[in-house]
Amino acid sequence: MSLSLLFFLVIGAVCLAAAFGVVISRQPVHSALFLLVNFASLAVLYVTLDAQFLAAAQVIIYAGGIVILILFVIMLIGGETNDFKAHQRTWSRLVGLGLGLILLAGLSYSAVQKLLPLPADPNAVLQGGAPKTVGLELFTNYILPFELVGILLLVALLGALVMGRQPEGAGEGIASLKASDR
Amino acid sequence: MDWLNLVVFPVIRIVVLFVVLLTGFAYLTLLERKLLGRFQVRYGPNRAGKFGLMQPLADAVKALFKEEIIPNHVDKPIYVIAPALALVPALLIWAVIPIASGMPAVADVSIGFLWILAIAGVEGYGIILAGWSSNNNYSLLGALRSSAQMVSYELPMGMFLVSILILAGDFSLVNLVDNARPWWEWIWLWLAFPFFFICILAETNRSPFDLPETENELVAGFQTEYGGMKFALFMMAEYTNMITTSAIMATLFFGGWRGPFAEEIVWLGPIYLLAKIFILLCLFIWVRASVSRPRYDQLMTFCWQFLLPLSIGYMVISALLAVFLK
Repeated sequence: MSLSLLFFLVIGAVCLAAAFGVVISRQPVHSALFLLVNFASLAVLYVTLDAQFLAAAQVIIYAGGIVILILFVIMLIGGETNDFKAHQRTWSRLVGLGLGLILLAGLSYSAVQKLLPLPADPNAVLQGGAPKTVGLELFTNYILPFELVGILLLVALLGALVMGRQPEGAGEGIASLKASDR
Repeated sequence: MDWLNLVVFPVIRIVVLFVVLLTGFAYLTLLERKLLGRFQVRYGPNRAGKFGLMQPLADAVKALFKEEIIPNHVDKPIYVIAPALALVPALLIWAVIPIASGMPAVADVSIGFLWILAIAGVEGYGIILAGWSSNNNYSLLGALRSSAQMVSYELPMGMFLVSILILAGDFSLVNLVDNARPWWEWIWLWLAFPFFFICILAETNRSPFDLPETENELVAGFQTEYGGMKFALFMMAEYTNMITTSAIMATLFFGGWRGPFAEEIVWLGPIYLLAKIFILLCLFIWVRASVSRPRYDQLMTFCWQFLLPLSIGYMVISALLAVFLK
């Protein structure tokens, strides 16, 4: 077994274990931290693939931004509100099933596509994932998906603004913010 | 596999770096207390050793031999891991900072700028998790403040970094210092320095932006429930962060290791870098001694309504300069 394969197996195992931790742990903050470990190990895997820009972007956006926001939200709305117990809602199982099917379809589509010959060698296109080549590709060949993602984010932002405008007196005060009492 | 170059030399460099940084931290606390003392017309610590030079050692011994108290109501694993998470990023950033002509501290990665942004992004976790896991209202308020403050001030800081990146045209910090800059670029950079320094003050939770630990409102903020060595680790994180951010600012705005004869005589590089870091550290302490703390809403308003538009405008003009003058 080569050294790089061993490295991949170790990091992959950490990644998978962290992913299980996200689902299994009952404390939302612990889940968020497992998610952080998951993102960080993914970034390490990107580095082993020579995709340094992707690794940096992974850490900057997910570890540095999104997980902090998740933690922020958990602290603000409290970890033990009923919203986290999904089994109390009957329709949530259906939604989960539907989303799972979509994910399965997407994964199998990309797996099938792997079997077909690739249009161009990704290594030749991205040249080791240097920021310049990634940027050039993104702003020339893939400008439409890029702009679409931008619009999607803008819509999400506006949606959050609309939902955030609650009538006054909606806050629960500091008592709901603490780590759960044991 | 080339063990010598891949493992042995980097490990030696890392160990030397950590020893220098942690010694620097110890004496930075002494420097700060001494300077603050002088600013307030008193002597500062002068009992332990000549000029109080043994004071950091005495503090370390005290912190080490204190009883380790872990309150019953905390979330134990996170409570224990948080101080380490606060300290580690401050040490990690040093990997890409060039210390002499063409020589980085540990590794010259092609994404040096992004490395700084990435590590700065995960810097907040130590404080946020410390505040949450302490299960204490003061700590939690400190943690919330700190997370909001850090995320907010990361934006203008990132914009200024991007502007410097546009002007430099290269992601590597080693190349940034190695390549000569035209005179107008230096002047343009120095115009941004005060604002970048403000962002850095907020990012490192230094006074006057130390709102996560304001003693007059929040007891000690996120570190209220910590004592002994774990509290010392937070101190270490804060002061190591000061040294690290000073090194970043020296590299970005003041030419890093550059100075007279630094290119011919290699060992002069680290000395010039250290001198620049020292001056910037004195600036940190000077600001702490002379500027009072703003209210929390003032802090946020300043960031979102003044600093962020300013930094975006700065980035646009930098891009124009880079296109038309370079």
